[in-house]
Amino acid sequence: MKVLKLGILWGLIAQCAGSIIGASLVMFIRILMGRAPIVNSWRVDEPLMVVGGLFGAIGFMYGVGALSDWIKIMRGREAPLPHGHDPRGWSRYFGVSYDHKVIGVQYGITAVGVFLLAGLFALVMRTELARSGLHILRLDNFNTLIGLHGIMMIASILIGVAALMNYLVPMMIGATDMAFPRLNAFAFWLNIPGALLVTSSMFFGGFETGWTGYPPLSAHTFPGVQMFFLGVYIIGLSSILGALNIIATVLCMRAPGMTLFRMPIFVWASLSTSLISLTATQLIGLSFQLVMFERLFGMNFFNPDKGGNVILFQHLFWFYSHPAVYIFVLPGLGIISELLPVFSRKPLFGYRWIAMSSLAIALVGFLVWAHHMFAAGMEEYLRVPFMYSTMLVAVPTGVKFFSWMATLWGGKIETPTPMLFVLGGITVFLFGGLTGPPLGTVSTDLHLHDSYFVVGHFHNTMFGGFVYPFFAAIYYWFPKITGRRMSETMGWLHFWLMTPAFWLMTGGMFWVGLRGMRRRIADYDPALGFDTIHLLVTLSAFLIAISVLIFLGNLIYSAFFGEEAKGNLWASRSPEWQVPSPMPEHNYDEPFVVTGEPYDYGLPGSVYIDLHPRPPEPVRGQPPQLEPATGD
Amino acid sequence: MATSSASLHRHGHVGGVIEDDHAAYQRMVRMLRIGLWLFIISDGFMFTGLFVSRFYLLGGTRPELSQALGLIVTSVLLASSFYMNRAETLIEHGDREGFLRCTLITIGLGLGFFVGVVFLEWPLAASHIGGPAASAMSSVFFMMTGMHAFHVITGILFLLVIYFNGRRGRYTPQRHWMVEACANYWHFVDVVWIFFYPALYLIGTPVALGH
Repeated sequence: MKVLKLGILWGLIAQCAGSIIGASLVMFIRILMGRAPIVNSWRVDEPLMVVGGLFGAIGFMYGVGALSDWIKIMRGREAPLPHGHDPRGWSRYFGVSYDHKVIGVQYGITAVGVFLLAGLFALVMRTELARSGLHILRLDNFNTLIGLHGIMMIASILIGVAALMNYLVPMMIGATDMAFPRLNAFAFWLNIPGALLVTSSMFFGGFETGWTGYPPLSAHTFPGVQMFFLGVYIIGLSSILGALNIIATVLCMRAPGMTLFRMPIFVWASLSTSLISLTATQLIGLSFQLVMFERLFGMNFFNPDKGGNVILFQHLFWFYSHPAVYIFVLPGLGIISELLPVFSRKPLFGYRWIAMSSLAIALVGFLVWAHHMFAAGMEEYLRVPFMYSTMLVAVPTGVKFFSWMATLWGGKIETPTPMLFVLGGITVFLFGGLTGPPLGTVSTDLHLHDSYFVVGHFHNTMFGGFVYPFFAAIYYWFPKITGRRMSETMGWLHFWLMTPAFWLMTGGMFWVGLRGMRRRIADYDPALGFDTIHLLVTLSAFLIAISVLIFLGNLIYSAFFGEEAKGNLWASRSPEWQVPSPMPEHNYDEPFVVTGEPYDYGLPGSVYIDLHPRPPEPVRGQPPQLEPATGD
Repeated sequence: MATSSASLHRHGHVGGVIEDDHAAYQRMVRMLRIGLWLFIISDGFMFTGLFVSRFYLLGGTRPELSQALGLIVTSVLLASSFYMNRAETLIEHGDREGFLRCTLITIGLGLGFFVGVVFLEWPLAASHIGGPAASAMSSVFFMMTGMHAFHVITGILFLLVIYFNGRRGRYTPQRHWMVEACANYWHFVDVVWIFFYPALYLIGTPVALGH
């Protein structure tokens, strides 16, 4: 039985076993202390749930086999990297593999899966909102669904970003793999128990707080919130470790001659994004952990009765969760910068400016978090400084837009599906960007705060900054993974169905938002006259869902029956397209040497890389040998 | 595929260890070192978050704690860092016996710190300022010391790993990355306490029972 050899199956079995062991441990300790083993029912007994969930996650990691090498190393035994000895075929995607390309695809599949689930939640919730009055959901179910839609989408984007970075960065810099392959696999597999825990919150009564989990509500809502916190905590750990790996890879494993300013622009974006996720993620972890402890041990960080302060939570939370949006969009904007010169056949305008603007957005992004708290009763003197720092983000973002326009200007523009999504992404993100300043300005934000205007704004930025570029990237690099290209017809249909529907959807959101529609509510007064617009928003959400199904069909169909594409399909200069598709097992036969600039499209005689450098001796920048006894 | 495997064997990425290739080991350690420092930076953000929360919630007040006990555990932890450093230096000079002895002393002092904080200071503090649920002040105290103690425990586990591997003779003056990693982690946990100790014991006016 081939199925019995799949790591994920054993991971899931071990997760169940781990959960039972963890919960039993709590019950055992309680019996030793002379107390009842279960308080009320297991579904509301939070220590049981949390310890069980944590042990379950550890069990998954053990069962799937992500820990076995480290256990060997700790016991002083040899654990050579089995890279290159994976089983071929589909089964390697369902167990631990140390190959960054396999892990990238694993991330990609997980991202699409979580995206579909989160989209499904959105459809249910939009159906409820199509007409005023309550129809298909109870209020608490609605609240759980919006929270889950938000956090699952965020998880999906984080996983999707990791998919892009894992698959592309080592290829683009000429490395055979990531700096720490074991850590890479570990970081990926954390997402599975994490996503399962977040989803399981539904079975523990859900949670009413939305994805932000603000106390005091989160300290008193249903027990499901614990599973939400724990799951996000684990996904956050994955994000931190993945970022660490990307930074070390970019710093240590570049091909000879690839100076920092000769790296593909996507690598710059990945580096900037990873700097944020490496550091800021700790703060959302801390804030969620403090609320978990508040619920578990009765601690009082956010309880004003006992000297706590709820605003502290918001500071800690947004210190991550605002930079997090730059984690989401920077790789997407990197994809746009990467693909634009390919399809306009012109050098990328202002390469250094674009590279530095990614870094600038990442760094300025650390100084803007409190603009989410203008209406929260925060210290008043903080409002204006945070307003100005927020406006500052527009500067590097504007640099990107002007560079893109200048790259397109006078180019020989072709529009196959990836380019359609790039252009769609630019326009959608532009509108998302332009609706930002009214929200970052104190006076207008006080009116718009918590309205559907905000919902429209971040759907524009997330779609333009991540979803569109992500689709573009899939259409663009799909041949690199499978050796076949995706159907242009279905891609065209996907784009032209999704884009008008999307504009209608967010247009409706802006319209009702400006007129006072609150976000996060299940019902609204019919006298407001929002029924028609809400119906249109719901219908366009369904159209987007249909377009995504077309994409999914295209993905599966093309993987098996797509037109073969083994060469440099897009006439790209990027290193990964200079070798045959699908990508060879170890990327490059011998390390290539970078001899020119990456984006000199259309300049006669310009060379970016030399695939067969003579003499074939330079090994600097090659991945060093891994001594098995220590490993990563 | 055959050619690619062959060339990778030549560069040594897949083929496992080439024992006498010192330069390759050095390259690997350089990369692992960057990885470790990135981890420490990341973890440092979490501790900074706790540190800032302490000042946000408690401002110019601090919990009423036993100054003598605080000074003792702090001294014990600082002394452990000294022995950690000696252990690393001794393995660099090939003195395996000395390395094992100093590692054991470090473990002992680390355990001493842990016992001092969790089993002596916590009950004592609970009688002064109340348990973790008494007030925001006590919550902050137990959270900061608890999170730090958790890191001390992981450090001790790490020390035990290098102790037993050291007894098996796994480390040589040329190859002892795990010892270096453990030492750096241990010093990091120590540095965190250098910030936490004044924040909890020295800065501000003492308040008993969280009022």
